[in-house]
Amino acid sequence: MKPMTTIVQEANRAEPKSTVKMTVNGTEVEREVSTRMLLSDFIRHELELTGTHVGCEHGVCGACTIIVDGRAARSCLTFAIQADGADIRTIESVAGEGGELHPLQEAFQDNHALQCGYCTPGMIMNILSQIEAGDKRDMTDDDIREMLSGNLCRCTGYANIIKAVRAVTDTTKRS
Amino acid sequence: MSTRMFGENVKRNIDPKLLKGEGAFVDDIPLPGALHAAFARSPFARAKISSIDTTAAENHPGVVAVYTSDNIGPLDIELPLLIPHGSMTDARTQRPLAKDDVYYVGQTVAMVVAVDRYTAEDAAALIDIDYEPLGVEIDIEEAVKDGSPLVHETHPNNIAADFTQVSGDPEKGFAEAEHVTRIRVQVDRSTSAAMECRAVAARYDSTTGELVVWDGTQAPISVRGGLASILKLDEDKVRVIAPDVGGGFGQKVLLFYPDELLVPYASINLRKPVKFIEDRRENFIGSTQERTQVHYIELHAKKTGEVVALKDFFYHDTGAFIPYGIAVAQVASTSIAGPYRIPNIHVQFQAVYTPTVPVTPYRGCGRPQSCFAIERAMDQLADELGLDRFDIRRRNLVGDDQFPWVRDGLLFADGLRVSLDSGQYHKALDMVHEAIGAGDFAEEQKKAREDGKYLGLGLAFYVEGTGLGPYEGGHIKIHPITGKVYVNTGLAGQGQSHDTVFAQIAADQLGVAVEDVILTEGDTGAYDWGVATFASRAAVVSGNAIHKTAIKVRKQIITAAANMLEADESDIELRDGAAWVVGTNRSAPLAAIATATNPLRYAFNEAAQAATQFAPASRHDGPALDEGQHPGLEATDYFSPECATWAYGVHAAVVEVDTTTCQTNIRKYVCVHDCGNMINPMIVDGQVMGGMAQGIGGALYERIEYQPDGNPANANFVDFLVPYATEIPDIQVEHLQTPSPLNPLGVKGVGEAGCIAVGATIASGLTDALSPFGNEKFHHTPITPSMIFEAIKQSVPSKNETI
Repeated sequence: MKPMTTIVQEANRAEPKSTVKMTVNGTEVEREVSTRMLLSDFIRHELELTGTHVGCEHGVCGACTIIVDGRAARSCLTFAIQADGADIRTIESVAGEGGELHPLQEAFQDNHALQCGYCTPGMIMNILSQIEAGDKRDMTDDDIREMLSGNLCRCTGYANIIKAVRAVTDTTKRS
Repeated sequence: MSTRMFGENVKRNIDPKLLKGEGAFVDDIPLPGALHAAFARSPFARAKISSIDTTAAENHPGVVAVYTSDNIGPLDIELPLLIPHGSMTDARTQRPLAKDDVYYVGQTVAMVVAVDRYTAEDAAALIDIDYEPLGVEIDIEEAVKDGSPLVHETHPNNIAADFTQVSGDPEKGFAEAEHVTRIRVQVDRSTSAAMECRAVAARYDSTTGELVVWDGTQAPISVRGGLASILKLDEDKVRVIAPDVGGGFGQKVLLFYPDELLVPYASINLRKPVKFIEDRRENFIGSTQERTQVHYIELHAKKTGEVVALKDFFYHDTGAFIPYGIAVAQVASTSIAGPYRIPNIHVQFQAVYTPTVPVTPYRGCGRPQSCFAIERAMDQLADELGLDRFDIRRRNLVGDDQFPWVRDGLLFADGLRVSLDSGQYHKALDMVHEAIGAGDFAEEQKKAREDGKYLGLGLAFYVEGTGLGPYEGGHIKIHPITGKVYVNTGLAGQGQSHDTVFAQIAADQLGVAVEDVILTEGDTGAYDWGVATFASRAAVVSGNAIHKTAIKVRKQIITAAANMLEADESDIELRDGAAWVVGTNRSAPLAAIATATNPLRYAFNEAAQAATQFAPASRHDGPALDEGQHPGLEATDYFSPECATWAYGVHAAVVEVDTTTCQTNIRKYVCVHDCGNMINPMIVDGQVMGGMAQGIGGALYERIEYQPDGNPANANFVDFLVPYATEIPDIQVEHLQTPSPLNPLGVKGVGEAGCIAVGATIASGLTDALSPFGNEKFHHTPITPSMIFEAIKQSVPSKNETI
């Protein structure tokens, strides 16, 4: 076996690289990355923000959903270099600085809207982007289902997720 | 007394971390310098391997090693048969890497280890493998015929196992019958589709000889045992950790997947951390699946509808190998009579090899199929005898005073007798009748038909043997510094809320807050006696083990506290994290008691200083620890059930068919469910609703589409249709709580409950909805729009039936 450093160097030389710069959770980051590296892998492995999960890598399950420039996006269908200059938010940015849960996260806990928790970060980021995007006060349950329809969950059967969203949008209504 | 936590909707301890993205799933574990594995997999369902050339892969930049069956040392073996059974001869299991032959599309042929996954996949594609494809037969009923291509030359007609079980005197029952109903039903292949695919990471420390494996498994202790045996390591030097795991549903309990052995082996071999993170396509073609069965069921009945005998013969598709033995088919065969008395039963199955992904239990494990068979047959019998579907069930249900209802001669998957231990079957049926509005439904259906809408009412009952042995353990220790309660058990969690429900059980005995109970499970470094998470057994088996252990620790606390507070043991109560003398304000915190029971002389913390305010925790002469005494507050105990405890439930639905799009719309769905005493109703509801969503997937959408050549055509989430929120209706869940007499907590399992009866319920509803179109009985799931189209295209509804 060749020395590991040699193997790594050879691999590095063989891989086209490019520099990306973006803001992630309020911090500017700059890295040289392989041009084919997925944004999900970049976030998870380069930035060590492992709260973003990968469920299918073909853009169906929504587990990898993050917020890119204010809109929910699937990080598994995006190359890291495509996010050059973007403003990105991941699940790690949602709770308060002291670790206190965001009202949406609280509603998930109150309503038992997660079981294994693998789909949850993507689910939260999707819902959050939509709540932030506009008034969600008059949603029917079917509207909420539509809102969630980019995210698969295999554990909960969705009913409690719908309740959690309802709890947050009802709060919005009161305020 | 403190508030009893058992039965409360306590919020989950684990949620904040998962909600903040702080979960630690296998691929989240930091392993600096880790190498990544990828596999070359068979593109053929059945073929001979004529050559493998790994040169190009080995020379690819960034590749560290390439493994084939020629260089994996002790792993070039057939993997163990997990559950041997006399009905199988020469049961076939797969090899970690194929040697000479491949048996299904997706079987692992070679493994590349490289600096990253991208490189490993590139190199895997460069491995040049020559195959000579062989003939295949995917259809199980064809596969058993003479002359069909064989999966294994050792097994004529592809029959892996043939097993008959008999209860009562079937011949006598057949002779007594006045009417016989015969139907054929079929359930198709599905898959767990947990949101996290499988994952394994390993780190071998050549200095200490310790191998640590992080495995997204449901069975870490068994993985540890097997790894140590196969790799010839001391068990003490192998630590298997199932960290946070993103759903399991049965698929993550196989011992062994090729990667579970090859990744640790490569880590030892290369002296580097190695990880394999399965992708979704690999999960579809490489991780086990379940469901395909074809049943020929007969109900032999009196004209009154009383069923006096049941005969069932079924084929069970076991895929290319039978690593889990006959478990799935055995559960199906022993559940076949459902909640009905049916005194005479003859049930036979043949497990059939097909060149497809091997079959092991998926949530439900044979129960959805047997429920589908018996419930569709009950509907058919009712139809043939002109009886109402509720009535025929009432005439056959086991009565409340008839428990335990023992089916002598039928042995369940645990090898123990089938004994329906408790229940209120009639009440459950009445509740569902009321909740679904069955009394007014005929009128509603008639009106709807006048408006050109096709509504149907579906009904199905199920039973579920849960809480299988052989045993689990509980270990509890109260920490001397914080007074917090540390609980261990051997099985692992994949989202079932163990950390909360087990905490509730312990908290009740120890008088502490649920959040002060800290569960560690799934880590052989913390606790290594136990079996695994499967068969809806965690609450029953580990739950009762922890309950028994907590009682022991409670006694220790009370004895020590009585000494410390100079009171009678009978005057000590435990609440708010302390022991109190009843009716006084005198108390000792658990931290102080835990400290005082450890005769250590260093007062290095507040708890130790507090402990000095009290009298000694133990009263005896001589050495600090009396003979037989142990330091601290700590105990271990086990629970070993005498046999499975049987939960049950009944589902009803109102479905509507859109005759233009052939879509099924579930307008109302009710589940009445009984899993004995509920530890946390909120979590029970979550389990039931999640199971029902999987059941709806199986009833209407999910099928692995094997092509005739054995290639799965929908091995991805685009084409394999897991329901989104838009496919799952509101579901009303109601509970009965009939305690199980078989364990101290009176609990029954709930994990698999939700999914079992959904296929039968939807099929029953669709049959009812489309009765004006003819005679389609929907004896096959999933029920696709194409099937509905076939059912309605033949005829327009006759006028008599629409009005």
